[in-house]
Amino acid sequence: MIVTINGKRRRLDVAPMRRLLDVLREDCGLTGTKEGCGEGECGACTVLMDGVAVDSCLVPAAHAEGRAVVTIEGAAAAKRSARALQHAFVEHGGAQCGICTPGMIMAALPLKARSSRDQIKTALAGNLCRCTGYIAIFQSVEAALSPARKGARARRR
Amino acid sequence: MPAGASALSLARPRTLKAALALLAEDPELMPIAGCTDVFVGLHFGTSGQRRFIDLWGLDELRGIALVRPEPSEAPVLRIGALATYTDIIASALVRRRLPMLVAAAREIGGAQIQNRGTLGGNVANASPAGDTLPVLAAANARIVLRSAGAERRVAMGEYYTGYRTSVRQAHELITAVEIPPVAGRQWWRKVGTRKAQAISKIMMAGVRGPVVRIAIGSVAPTVVVADKTARCLSAGGTLAEAQALLGDEITPIDDVRSTREYRHQVAQNLLAQFWRETE
Repeated sequence: MIVTINGKRRRLDVAPMRRLLDVLREDCGLTGTKEGCGEGECGACTVLMDGVAVDSCLVPAAHAEGRAVVTIEGAAAAKRSARALQHAFVEHGGAQCGICTPGMIMAALPLKARSSRDQIKTALAGNLCRCTGYIAIFQSVEAALSPARKGARARRR
Repeated sequence: MPAGASALSLARPRTLKAALALLAEDPELMPIAGCTDVFVGLHFGTSGQRRFIDLWGLDELRGIALVRPEPSEAPVLRIGALATYTDIIASALVRRRLPMLVAAAREIGGAQIQNRGTLGGNVANASPAGDTLPVLAAANARIVLRSAGAERRVAMGEYYTGYRTSVRQAHELITAVEIPPVAGRQWWRKVGTRKAQAISKIMMAGVRGPVVRIAIGSVAPTVVVADKTARCLSAGGTLAEAQALLGDEITPIDDVRSTREYRHQVAQNLLAQFWRETE
């Protein structure tokens, strides 16, 4: 089947019921996508499929056929806000052990600029973090999506 | 996956007609769509299924619209079986006609699950903890079942026959859920371990109109339509009388998520909250 992964068209010969997560990690070497729970609770395996956040542990490979899949490795190239998110997670302590971080950033990517704290919480409700207690994560996402931050970053450069 | 994913087969029909023809030939095929529950069972080895038929691509089952199945009937809200929770939350039509379904959809999993899980899947999965089921039961919804040769509609109250069993025959597919106009205030509450990402300990949907309707999940092998309780309230009975009746209408158990006693108490509390908040 043909899948566009991080902007590149790839031909994959995979069993249709394999988990997209395993295809990405094992066949494509994209190990930035993590497996936490394997049952759609933790969101560590979040990727975008045609721009929509999904748990790749619950997606059969067949459903990726003809679709555009974006993983954390391709996030920065796919969406401008990804770089700001990654920086904000570093600056605001949004990452500690780091296992949940790729999923957090992928789940935050569909958010629009100036999203409210409530909208951020809703977007990240399907992502579990066992280190930070979430506050620092929400602050990171908020900072990345606020226009004030963009100005501050531009000045610093 | 313990089963070895390469040992699993997946038929991928392009149309509903083709899917129904495949199922008529081979009723052993298990229909799948968003896979949010099926893949959990496969990964943890609790599902023995090996052969599947994929409905996810059948866009004709995705629509949400007002339709008139019979010319004489008032228009009903028809939600295609493949409508996802995200589709339901985004639908102005569902928000207007069935806000309690939107409320339930918002509390199912996180965005990733809402983007993939489907209403038809929640009905087909037949879990006692299926969050949309009390809503559909309280709204008097009917399930549209189609096979290669026929189509039939089954009232939600008659759809389930026991724990995870229903009247759906193996060669039939759920194509849509139809919801007649709901008269009265709609109310929904889910009680779980935490606010997001929790499987329900108990949930209740209620309609307070000329006729009161109450349906409760996770308190019996299937969703419970609390008819006696609702009739008591409709007829002007007191809350205490209704609560006493409710205790006899539900049969909760002790399980990994909660206890029988807790569920009994919370069911009473939810009934009181429903009644107070819809005054």
